[in-house]
Amino acid sequence: MSDIQDYKSSLADSSSIKFETFSYLPPMDDARIRKQVEYIVAKGFNPAVEHSEPENASDNYWYMWKLPMFGETDVDFILAEAAACHKAHPANHVRLIGYDNYKQSQGASMVIYRGEM
Amino acid sequence: MAKKYDAGVKEYRETYWMPDYEPKETDLLACFKITPQPGIPREEVAAAVAAESSTGTWTTVWTDLLTDLDYYKGRAYHIEDVPGDDTCYYAFIAYPIDLFEEGSVVNVLTSLVGNVFGFKALRALRLEDIRFPLAYVMTCNGPPQGIELERDIMNKYGRPMLGCTIKPKLGLSAKNYGRACYEGLRGGLDFTKDDENVNSQPFMRWRPRFDFVMEAILKAEAETGERKGHYLNVTAPTSDEMMRRAEYAKEIGAPIIMHDYLTGGLSANTQLAQWCQENGMLLHIHRAMHAVLDRNPHHGIHFRVLVKVLRLSGGDHLHSGTVVGKLEGDREATLGWVDLMRDSYIKEDRSRGIFFDQDWGAMPGVMPVASGGIHVWHMPALVNIFGDNSVLQFGGGTLGHPWGNAAGAAANRVAVEACVEARNQGRDLEKESKDILESAAKHSPELKTAMETWKEIKFEFDTVDKLDVAHK
Repeated sequence: MSDIQDYKSSLADSSSIKFETFSYLPPMDDARIRKQVEYIVAKGFNPAVEHSEPENASDNYWYMWKLPMFGETDVDFILAEAAACHKAHPANHVRLIGYDNYKQSQGASMVIYRGEM
Repeated sequence: MAKKYDAGVKEYRETYWMPDYEPKETDLLACFKITPQPGIPREEVAAAVAAESSTGTWTTVWTDLLTDLDYYKGRAYHIEDVPGDDTCYYAFIAYPIDLFEEGSVVNVLTSLVGNVFGFKALRALRLEDIRFPLAYVMTCNGPPQGIELERDIMNKYGRPMLGCTIKPKLGLSAKNYGRACYEGLRGGLDFTKDDENVNSQPFMRWRPRFDFVMEAILKAEAETGERKGHYLNVTAPTSDEMMRRAEYAKEIGAPIIMHDYLTGGLSANTQLAQWCQENGMLLHIHRAMHAVLDRNPHHGIHFRVLVKVLRLSGGDHLHSGTVVGKLEGDREATLGWVDLMRDSYIKEDRSRGIFFDQDWGAMPGVMPVASGGIHVWHMPALVNIFGDNSVLQFGGGTLGHPWGNAAGAAANRVAVEACVEARNQGRDLEKESKDILESAAKHSPELKTAMETWKEIKFEFDTVDKLDVAHK
């Protein structure tokens, strides 16, 4: 029994809160974020950036950062918009979305900057 | 000129064998694999199948002349060898759309797999595929919500969803059962699931199960900030009782319920699916009894037909097999029926066992569920085979973790996310699987322990129901 490790997660500990896809992996560094932006572009998705106060993160609607970047394929431009959103709202979660307009869904969605919890 | 009545027995092929017939777009087409009794010509047997599954009976009757049987009859229009098997052949039959009640897969199956399967001139008969004309598809309700709406409801994007069937299958009290769900959900699963045989037994009646499980969902949601669900099985002895359970699941705020569409029956399933659509509920479909119908290569109904029937009757999830786990399923054939679940237009592809083009029009897709004897080591292959639009369901592979369900769930969640990230980076999941999982395990003691626990477990048996390619 002594080998069994406790699963640390509780209502009182805000670090138990997750953010859906990729939130069980370590936070992404710039190189990993870039790879995901490249994927969104390669799939032909429309990139978009959204942000939210951590306490309202379970809502469907986060704040849009400007408009989705329709047809944008410049990876550096997309990364710069995400960084600008993070700079303007440093306390908020920022997520990167790839809209799939053919399926009328999101083909990708991930929190790339995690706000203070 | 009007026909004269001529009592007696005619050969079926005089009426039902029409090799020059060009099927209409509105015809329902079927492909049967026929294993005949010896000595009967192929055309006669094919015609007999067409007759017995449509307008014909064994003798001429005078009332035949009160209608236009030449319009209503099924038409055997093509015969083909089965690759690698001389004991049988394929017969293709076209049925006019008028023969079937709108929106009723019950009626279609009653005709196509009714009396004809007991016909003495046949040693065995298998319904391999049906082409449902778009005109008929549009009369059916289909999946209550569909894949994209489910993603929006559950807030899960860009990855397969994760589930877990609660074990032991039978015998837990409602409160202990809810505990098992809570642990799995807080550890990172999207869904937990009632096993198919969990209905409302004396040791755990349905209502307390629903109540305890709902508390588990709500607490896990509050704790993780993510949306969660549990497939509450509403399969019941009567459809009235099924609806009562469904109504209660909705009342307590459950997002998804579950039904066994073959044992529960297609009328009940269609009724439940329509109710789910009207009430904003997701519907998970289990397939108990399917292997009785679909496993014998010479007799029964192929699973791809059961898939199409379910998509028309209605369901948002359907078990598809795993290819890699403990249950039967040929890889190419599985990929074929997974396409039939999810895509809107599927082209004929014999290498995947698909006999007809199938157009689903605007009908939403069904999410395939891979379940049965899978664990973290299978994750890279599963993500590669099934892609994002799937539910990967680990029962023993979650609950059997040495540290318990939450750790088992976290291990699977870390593994699936690591695989999706690697795939998005352009890496080859199946070739680099070991490296991908081992790197992810550096940050997750739960995953590391899961990998050590299930290192040597494999299920490598040959498939019984192979595709009909020259395999002799």
